[in-house]
Amino acid sequence: MSKRIDVKDLNVYYTNFLAVEDVSIEIEAKSVTAFIGPSGCGKSTFLRTLNRMHEVIPGGRVEGEVLLDGDNLYESGVDPVTVRSQIGMVFQRPNPFPTMSIKDNVLAGVKLNNKKISRSDADALVEKSLRGANLWNEVKDRLDKPGSGLSGGQQQRLCIARTIAVKPQVILMDEPCSALDPISTLAIEDLINELKNEFTVVIVTHNMQQAARVSDKTAFFNIAGTGKPGKLIEYADTTTIFSNPGVKATEDYVSGRFG
Amino acid sequence: MNAVTANKLPNDSRQQPGKPPVARKRNSLSKGLLPRWAAPGIAVGSLILGAAASTLGGFSVASFAIYAAVIFVVASAIITTLVEGPRRGRNALATHLVYAAFLLALIPLASVLFTVLQKGLPGINTHFLFHSMNGITGAADNASVEDGTPVLGGAYHAVLGTLLITLWSTLISVPVGMLTAIYLVEYGKNGPLARGITFFVDVMTGIPSIVAGLFATALFAVIMGPTARMGIVAAVALSVLMIPTVVRSTEEMLKIVPNELREAAYALGVRKWRTIAKVVIPTAISGIASGVTLAIARVIGETAPILVTAGLANNINVNVFGNWMATLPTFIYYQILTPTSPTNVDPSIQRAWAAALLLIAMVMVLNLGARLIAGLFAPKKGR
Amino acid sequence: MTTNALRRSGSKGQAGDKIFSGAALGAGILILVTLLAVAVFLLIQALPTFTADPTLVSGGEGFFSYIYPIVIGTVIAAAIALLIATPVGIAVALFISHYAPRRLAAGLGYVIDLLAAIPSVIYGAWGYLVLAPALVPSFQWLAENLGFIPLFEGPASQTGKTILTAGIVLAVMVLPIITSLSREIFLQTPKLHEEAALALGATRWEMITMSVLPFARPGIISAVMLGLGRALGETMAVALVLSTGSLIPSLIKSGNQTIAAEIALNFPEAFGLRLSELIAAGLVLFVITLVVNLIARAIIARHKEFSGAN
Repeated sequence: MSKRIDVKDLNVYYTNFLAVEDVSIEIEAKSVTAFIGPSGCGKSTFLRTLNRMHEVIPGGRVEGEVLLDGDNLYESGVDPVTVRSQIGMVFQRPNPFPTMSIKDNVLAGVKLNNKKISRSDADALVEKSLRGANLWNEVKDRLDKPGSGLSGGQQQRLCIARTIAVKPQVILMDEPCSALDPISTLAIEDLINELKNEFTVVIVTHNMQQAARVSDKTAFFNIAGTGKPGKLIEYADTTTIFSNPGVKATEDYVSGRFG
Repeated sequence: MNAVTANKLPNDSRQQPGKPPVARKRNSLSKGLLPRWAAPGIAVGSLILGAAASTLGGFSVASFAIYAAVIFVVASAIITTLVEGPRRGRNALATHLVYAAFLLALIPLASVLFTVLQKGLPGINTHFLFHSMNGITGAADNASVEDGTPVLGGAYHAVLGTLLITLWSTLISVPVGMLTAIYLVEYGKNGPLARGITFFVDVMTGIPSIVAGLFATALFAVIMGPTARMGIVAAVALSVLMIPTVVRSTEEMLKIVPNELREAAYALGVRKWRTIAKVVIPTAISGIASGVTLAIARVIGETAPILVTAGLANNINVNVFGNWMATLPTFIYYQILTPTSPTNVDPSIQRAWAAALLLIAMVMVLNLGARLIAGLFAPKKGR
Repeated sequence: MTTNALRRSGSKGQAGDKIFSGAALGAGILILVTLLAVAVFLLIQALPTFTADPTLVSGGEGFFSYIYPIVIGTVIAAAIALLIATPVGIAVALFISHYAPRRLAAGLGYVIDLLAAIPSVIYGAWGYLVLAPALVPSFQWLAENLGFIPLFEGPASQTGKTILTAGIVLAVMVLPIITSLSREIFLQTPKLHEEAALALGATRWEMITMSVLPFARPGIISAVMLGLGRALGETMAVALVLSTGSLIPSLIKSGNQTIAAEIALNFPEAFGLRLSELIAAGLVLFVITLVVNLIARAIIARHKEFSGAN
């Protein structure tokens, strides 16, 4: 239940503005890959191109290829909806659906698509997904309560449970801990370590210690100046990036000299 | 600023004669200000002078209130100016004028509600509620005035007509209005077409109701010949008035649904239309429903477009696609303007006020309902 | 790569998206078509008036001589309404935004909104049966004491059904529009400006004239214009309250007429040329209110750009 992603010569545009330039990267299946870099360097933008979420923003488009186990996401005739059901995403701020209960939030991907699911299958899926997100024990007694009543960290794990319930190949996480307190952050980081047993995980983070703690490989993005496109500077094993980077800019960034 | 100097003037010389000596030492910050009893004192004085002035030209409550209010506003401004300086004098004048304006604005509201209750309640009974005006002639009204028999005839047909026409205009306006708002917020995204629609929805908001009525008449006249008057024409006219309101309120509500919820749904592989139908609209539904209810409340009392589209009926007609139809507003209008019995207008006036009471009750229920909906169905919060 | 696995299940369900976005687009276009239709159908139906022999038009001197007195009458009634409603409406808005206790403010706003919720025919009935008789003594007083001014020339109406009464009823009806729009703008005044004024030792009224009113001026103007649009197009208050007649300067005698009331009073019995005459009158009213509303919107739009830049 996990696939690799290969990106070849990808340019990302908003209308005519080149936001990210010429990225090529191979992301292994069942691994955690972290994207780090200063604000505005295009790492989140690039992450969103991996499941075509950038197209939600008017004018967003790409040149180049993104291959999911060899299948190009951007080939004509590919429906972005299919792409997104295989590559899920967790956002910066926890965003459970306010009109739905905890249980319905987990089942949202199934129910919103009007797929038929029997009651027992649904209950099993809810439990499995919530267990997978380390949330089951905290919410099993109040599955019918609204999801917005949970704490921030619980809400974020609910969003992760919602994402796993769709059984994606890849999970993208866009700074999933930036709105959370340290203890909730720890819970999410533990969870990421478990998720990689089943899924390919790509995480954007502002926090270099977090990247060092959770990821197998790290990609460093940088930007030459405002109005210039973001670029992939270096991509290597996390230990290499943090202990022995090959590029001066990477070393400056991870040692805290800028950014 | 002269103001600063005026404030610092020593005040001892301006102590009013006859003012009781102050036992406590006065706070130096409140020096030069009027004592707290000054405003009520001036008010009592104004009431007495106002009463005196109004008796000169034939006493009435209205003239008493006007004289007293004017004397109070002028006197307190002058006294404040003398004691505290011109800046505070102007401030006092402005304050009292603002309060007076608010009270003035309440007078028509109170008067209308009081009149409708006082004159409408006697006419409300089961006969009025469940009978039409079918077969009620001037003779019956004359008899009720001259012989004291009960007033016959009611507004049942008008209530039915109001409900049916409003129902049909809601059926037309809500889908069109909501879909337009969805286009504007979810699909149009500030493109040229969306901006054009927004502009013309604004224009539509300003269409006088009678022009909307004329439009519906003209439209059906072209299709069906010049004398097409029936409920559905009125419903189309009311829709022209209702659609912009529905678009506006739905648009506002859709805009405040956080984008994150849409993205969350897309990221789960949910199609855009399902995202809108099952995530965006349910999140905004309380606001939309309350907006629609207010729009209904607005058109349910419209008279002018009905006059020119649905004609006038005295009998019960539940077919909006044929024959003339009465509504409460046109019922009120015709009962007042062309009383059933030209010589004894009282029964007609009584029916008009009773119908007005019914209509106001409907509008108020809808307004309160809109508030309740907005509160009850708001997205669930709390643990 | 010959087969892309992502393409296989692709097209299923896309129809729903197409239908839904198509329906949304269709509804938007329907609104444009409707407005166009309003203009076109009114023109078609009004056309006979302009082509007919002028002697056949009401008044016998062509459409222009028929329409201009009632246009003037419409403007007079709306002007009276605004003269009353503008100062009172702004003062009420100030009361709610800056004078009333915080806890009461929302409730008071709702009370003023209730004024807007009352159907126009009920205001008409109230004006006809309550206000008009109540105003008769005042009109007589005006005629006796200020009769030398043409506006108050006597003898005053014995029923009180005059253009001044209609104007007062219209004022009550547009007051909530002016109040609620002004109140919103007043509440948007930057707190910093207000506090700066108060910190300089300004009284409340000085604070309002220094910071609130200048900030709100474009908003107030557009609120008044929208109120004007409503007053021009309002039908029932005038149709019930005014005892109509030819155009006269005196506000306290029977006489004058407005477009909307002219249509409402005569339409039910009209046919043939009279019908197109009334529809032509409606078209004139439509154009007048359209221009007024467009000016109001333009002021609001320009104001928005300004506040966005701040």
